[in-house]
Amino acid sequence: MKRSQPFNWLGWSSFALLLAAWELIAWETPKLLLYFPPVSRILAALGDALAAGTILQHGWVTLGRFAAGYLLSAGLAVTLGVLLGYFRYLHGLLATSIELLRPMPSVAIIPVAILLLGIGDGMIISVTVYASVWPILINSIDGVRRVDPTLIDTGRTFGLSSWQILRQIILPAASPYIVTGLRIGLSIALILVTTAEMIAGSKGLGFFILDEERAMNSANMYAGIVVVALLGYALNRLFLLLESRAMKWRHGMIVRQTA
Amino acid sequence: MAPRHDCAADGVMALRKFKGVGFLLMLLALWELAAQAEWINALIVPPPSKIFKLFFELVASGQIPMQILVSMKRALAGYLLAAAVFIPLGVFMGLSRTIYRLFEVIVEMLRPVPPPVVIPVALLFFGLGDEMKIFVIFFSCAWPILLNTIDGVRGVDWVLLNTARTFGLSRAKTVWQVILPACLPQILTGLRVSLPIMLILVVISEMVGSTDGIGYFVLDSQRRFRVAQMYAGMLALAILGYTLNQLFNLLQRLLLPWQRGRQLE
Amino acid sequence: MPILDVQALSKSYRQAGGDTTLAIGNITCQVEAGEFVSFVGPSGCGKTTLLMSIAGLLAPSSGRVVVNGKEVSGPPPNLVLLFQEYNKSLFAWRSVLGNVRFGLAARGARSAAAESKARKLIELVGLKGFESHYPWELSGGMQQRVAIARALAYEPEVLLMDEPFGSLDALTRLELEDALLRLWAELKTTILFITHDIEEAIYLSDRIWVLSRRPSQIMQELKIDFPRPRHQVTTRAEARFMELRNDIYRQIGNQEVP
Repeated sequence: MKRSQPFNWLGWSSFALLLAAWELIAWETPKLLLYFPPVSRILAALGDALAAGTILQHGWVTLGRFAAGYLLSAGLAVTLGVLLGYFRYLHGLLATSIELLRPMPSVAIIPVAILLLGIGDGMIISVTVYASVWPILINSIDGVRRVDPTLIDTGRTFGLSSWQILRQIILPAASPYIVTGLRIGLSIALILVTTAEMIAGSKGLGFFILDEERAMNSANMYAGIVVVALLGYALNRLFLLLESRAMKWRHGMIVRQTA
Repeated sequence: MAPRHDCAADGVMALRKFKGVGFLLMLLALWELAAQAEWINALIVPPPSKIFKLFFELVASGQIPMQILVSMKRALAGYLLAAAVFIPLGVFMGLSRTIYRLFEVIVEMLRPVPPPVVIPVALLFFGLGDEMKIFVIFFSCAWPILLNTIDGVRGVDWVLLNTARTFGLSRAKTVWQVILPACLPQILTGLRVSLPIMLILVVISEMVGSTDGIGYFVLDSQRRFRVAQMYAGMLALAILGYTLNQLFNLLQRLLLPWQRGRQLE
Repeated sequence: MPILDVQALSKSYRQAGGDTTLAIGNITCQVEAGEFVSFVGPSGCGKTTLLMSIAGLLAPSSGRVVVNGKEVSGPPPNLVLLFQEYNKSLFAWRSVLGNVRFGLAARGARSAAAESKARKLIELVGLKGFESHYPWELSGGMQQRVAIARALAYEPEVLLMDEPFGSLDALTRLELEDALLRLWAELKTTILFITHDIEEAIYLSDRIWVLSRRPSQIMQELKIDFPRPRHQVTTRAEARFMELRNDIYRQIGNQEVP
């Protein structure tokens, strides 16, 4: 939703209409109350849970694991990606292994992680790191490799050292791709944290949502989903904010990527 | 006039692949040694020889293929359903500002929901059956397909649109003959991005709520401490992912024969 | 009656900041059927805007365009515009034959006769043998020929060409100039040509209008009466050719000096 455009009356109205319809259906058909608790009840449950602090506690746990996992994976993947992109020989060594390991859905690593690390923060953060590394790594390698040789030659003709070229030319030139990878990694990290919490957690929003579903507290379940959605939204906005600051020069040329 | 086939570059690529394969084999050999010599706990990380042997046995006995079939039936059902619904919706949203704004808020509200979080909702509605997984995959694959389709339709170059106008094409014909073919590559991009999402979600949904399927197989093996079997399942998943990618590339080459080379520069 | 009548045409744009720019000032001119006329002017003087307005793809801010007696309010049915960015205008998903057939189909010709007509046109532009090639496989000059063939397949009475040879190398340009003249002589279409290459305009046209800087106005109309068919060596060697060229060059160049 762009700020420069007029307020989207149509869109918000249709959304409000949808919520109103939901509310109506919920009240009119008590049988479906379980599946469609009225929006009002969901909001009430949300309010209660917030007040009792339960959701916030779970939220912090999830956020903490996410932050640890994502930042760690970003550091690892960007470093490794730049190295592999820059040193062709290294890339040549590892390319086949990467290509074979990549197609495996990263969530399949969860059982191994449970085996090695049990259930708990360590496991959850580890699988998050594993999964987020891939898109960041691949995009970083790609970005570095795609740097136009003309740019590099320009650096050389100005007498820059290899290290200077890497820092002043290659990294900035590759940064759009790296940023794309980081954005994809963000969603993946959130997905993995919530998944791991669902499969083998005792805390966190993922666990909370599943737990409430098992206890047939659908209103609480939806409330949890709303919180996760808000968290995801907030993280995305934060990312976009940081990105627009860092990538001001690119903003005229940006093509919207979707993941 | 077509670009010449670069045989020298091919040679270099082949050599590089050789190096990569060699390195991989070296790693596997190291792993084998480590497991056999008990440098690492072979109960948790068995030697690759054991894993491969078990893998082939499970494939031969049909157990792994059957689990894969079960998973793929659900996965493809959800994936194709999402394509059938969200490609047309994306086209309409791309063509008409009004329709776009109508759905914009709802889409932006649903998009940030991490797909696995939808699983409990699906469990609530559908229980443990196939429908649950199909619903989850349908929801998860929706956004890349929808957004890429919209982008593709909107991104059709104005020169193409004006070309259609200067040739006197009606609105309908312009959509059919110019806009849709022009945005087909982007639509396929959306479909390609959704493919790994489909795979990930079918595995997750099976791990959280299922009694069969390859995802359940892997988790169940871990719970029963059949460690080698767990790794064999993971190997199967890797091969499945790779195969799906190759099949998609083939499909793309069939649908877009005119893109075999570079784009028009 | 002239086939094309431009009456006091002007076009202004609203910029992002809010101010309006006047792209075309006040253009009035007539083109007779079968003529080959050119607009020459410095870059950025609004030539493309002018052509798009005549083609009915842009609505004029004031004045009007009359094609064959009918006022233009949208793309007229007997007129086709050939775009400067031909690579973005060709249909990447169709072969050369497919692209040319599109021009015929847009005209309403769909039968088996259409296929042979398309092939004849492809041969006419010198691309025989490349019918099943896709645009990406062709060089810039060849792509431009496909665009020309496609436009001619439409059998327009008036063909508008926006700097069609601008992005080609000099030798290809000369080749295509002659190819275009041959086609024009054979099909007897009316051609309105835009270029920044003064000599090209003189070589090709019956008449030239020299445009000023933005907002463009017609500074001068020149009649070019070298005999046809023209020849790259002999026509260009004539003394009068250089005189015309220098004349126009001074006209356009003069605008730099305050």
